[in-house]
Amino acid sequence: MAGAFLYTDPSANKAREYFKTKPRSLTDKVTTVADAVARLVNDGDYLGIGGFGCARIPTAVLHEILRQQKQNLSMAGHTATHDFQILCAGNMTGRGKTVARVDIAYVVGLEARGLSPHARRVMESGEITWTEWTNYAMAVRFKAAAMGLPFLPCRSLLGTETLAHSGAMVITCPFTGEKLTALPALYPDVAAIHVHEADRFGNCRLRGTSVADLDLARAAKKLIITCERLIPDEEIRRDPSRTVIPFFCVDAVCEVPFGSYPGNMPYEYFSDEDHLQAWLKAENDLSNFRTFLETFIYGVKDFSEYLHHCGGLDRLQQLRRQELLLSVGDSWK
Amino acid sequence: MNATYTSMELMICCAARLLEDGRTVAVGTGVPCAAAMLAQRTCAPNLVTCFEAGGVAPQLPTMPISVGDSRTFYRAVMATSMADVMETCQRGMMDYTFLGGAQIDAFGNLNSTMIGSDYNHPKVRLPGSGGANDLASLCWRILVVTAHDRRRFVEKLDFLTTPGYLTGPGAREAAGLSPDTGPYRVITDLAILGYHDRTKRMEVLSLHPGVSLEQVRQNTGFALEVRDPVGATLPPSPEELQILRAEIDPHHYVIGRN
Repeated sequence: MAGAFLYTDPSANKAREYFKTKPRSLTDKVTTVADAVARLVNDGDYLGIGGFGCARIPTAVLHEILRQQKQNLSMAGHTATHDFQILCAGNMTGRGKTVARVDIAYVVGLEARGLSPHARRVMESGEITWTEWTNYAMAVRFKAAAMGLPFLPCRSLLGTETLAHSGAMVITCPFTGEKLTALPALYPDVAAIHVHEADRFGNCRLRGTSVADLDLARAAKKLIITCERLIPDEEIRRDPSRTVIPFFCVDAVCEVPFGSYPGNMPYEYFSDEDHLQAWLKAENDLSNFRTFLETFIYGVKDFSEYLHHCGGLDRLQQLRRQELLLSVGDSWK
Repeated sequence: MNATYTSMELMICCAARLLEDGRTVAVGTGVPCAAAMLAQRTCAPNLVTCFEAGGVAPQLPTMPISVGDSRTFYRAVMATSMADVMETCQRGMMDYTFLGGAQIDAFGNLNSTMIGSDYNHPKVRLPGSGGANDLASLCWRILVVTAHDRRRFVEKLDFLTTPGYLTGPGAREAAGLSPDTGPYRVITDLAILGYHDRTKRMEVLSLHPGVSLEQVRQNTGFALEVRDPVGATLPPSPEELQILRAEIDPHHYVIGRN
């Protein structure tokens, strides 16, 4: 049966057993990223990451996973670019093995910026295992879980080696006789998603593309939300049509201004391409990279200190103007 | 090479001219995006661009860096989910997609997964499918834009990530892929290629200015079909170059590449 390639159990009944016990009450879940990661991310967990690689990513949670040296995680590489790069930094750098297994739709690359030398090093070293999927296949796997189902069909993957190295199966439609790809539901143990606004209970709003995050939020057993801003719960009730993730999916709410940095946050700030290039450059040499990680992640106490090391408010102000396409005189720089 | 335009500019113009007005296209960053923007300003003002992360019909202010960055839904009609865009393709409403890859074979199959002979120990691990396999499975016509050399145009892929015509006529349908879909054009720095109606193998349709058929053959690792008579690619017009350089890519992020 299917399962040889699966890092999580697609059983809808087993997921229901978990969700039966998940707290539903309106309680204040505001906490620090350090506390959320310490409590909710366990060694060996399967991790789902929101956003799109360098856009609306929960950077603070990923850094904290490294600082707390969480080990042997499985992860959803659903257009994982800088997020994958960060987690791979916990492998082969003297602190054990952060990533042990990855479901690949897109990893290693940072789109037009090129391939991550260290992510390549990790992937080519043989120390981690992986399975092939596609971006839509991973989105469908989250959607199946969000629907409380064990699988959903789609029409990708057919005829390729991507299918042969995936955990998907070809089935026949009982109504039409057409061939379809059956994708197993993916219920991550824990997910982290960065949003624009959340209230203290975890009701979330976001702007711009949602990628696969609305399904990921519902598919995950535990969910850490980081947000640009905490907002009053009255504001949520004033306009409930803007809530895209409800509180009962959420286990922790952390206010992290500029929390997608160095990634892009729609309508807030653009990606810091200079810092992303600095990452790629530092990775070329392993000892340089260890020093780089010490400076930017291991040697800092939290995300706010990281932002300070990356140019602080001045840099963030530039990135905000870039995002908003504001042209201002040189005297402002 | 004629000094009045670069091969990147020529490729973008060729790609833009293939896009019909009133159609939908799933694009990525770089050349595809530049081609769609050029088409919108020339032959296809009503071309609808979609980005796989969820951007639908943006009015791009600058070239995006990522298919998920905020430029991809700037002044768009909708910022939605990846599943919504992919399901628009799956319903049969996406006419074109642009893809690339490290390797392409005679049937237009693509590899973006790994280089090497042992899957478990790749010489180079590449990103994987991303959305490529989905778009090639679900859109009507696949366009590929790529540099033309023997390292890329290979007899046998190291890994078949994304479906072209698979093993030949009828293979896509036999695998369960939708009828009437598949590879349409390949635009390279040497030629425009299509696929032979009967064999589904890559076929030279037109040669770029100053390029010989022999040169195309020397840079291709498999036997090519050749349209008779083979055409001549029109060079970029002054109008196309003006729009490309002044409006679409003023910082030469894409057209400045070799």
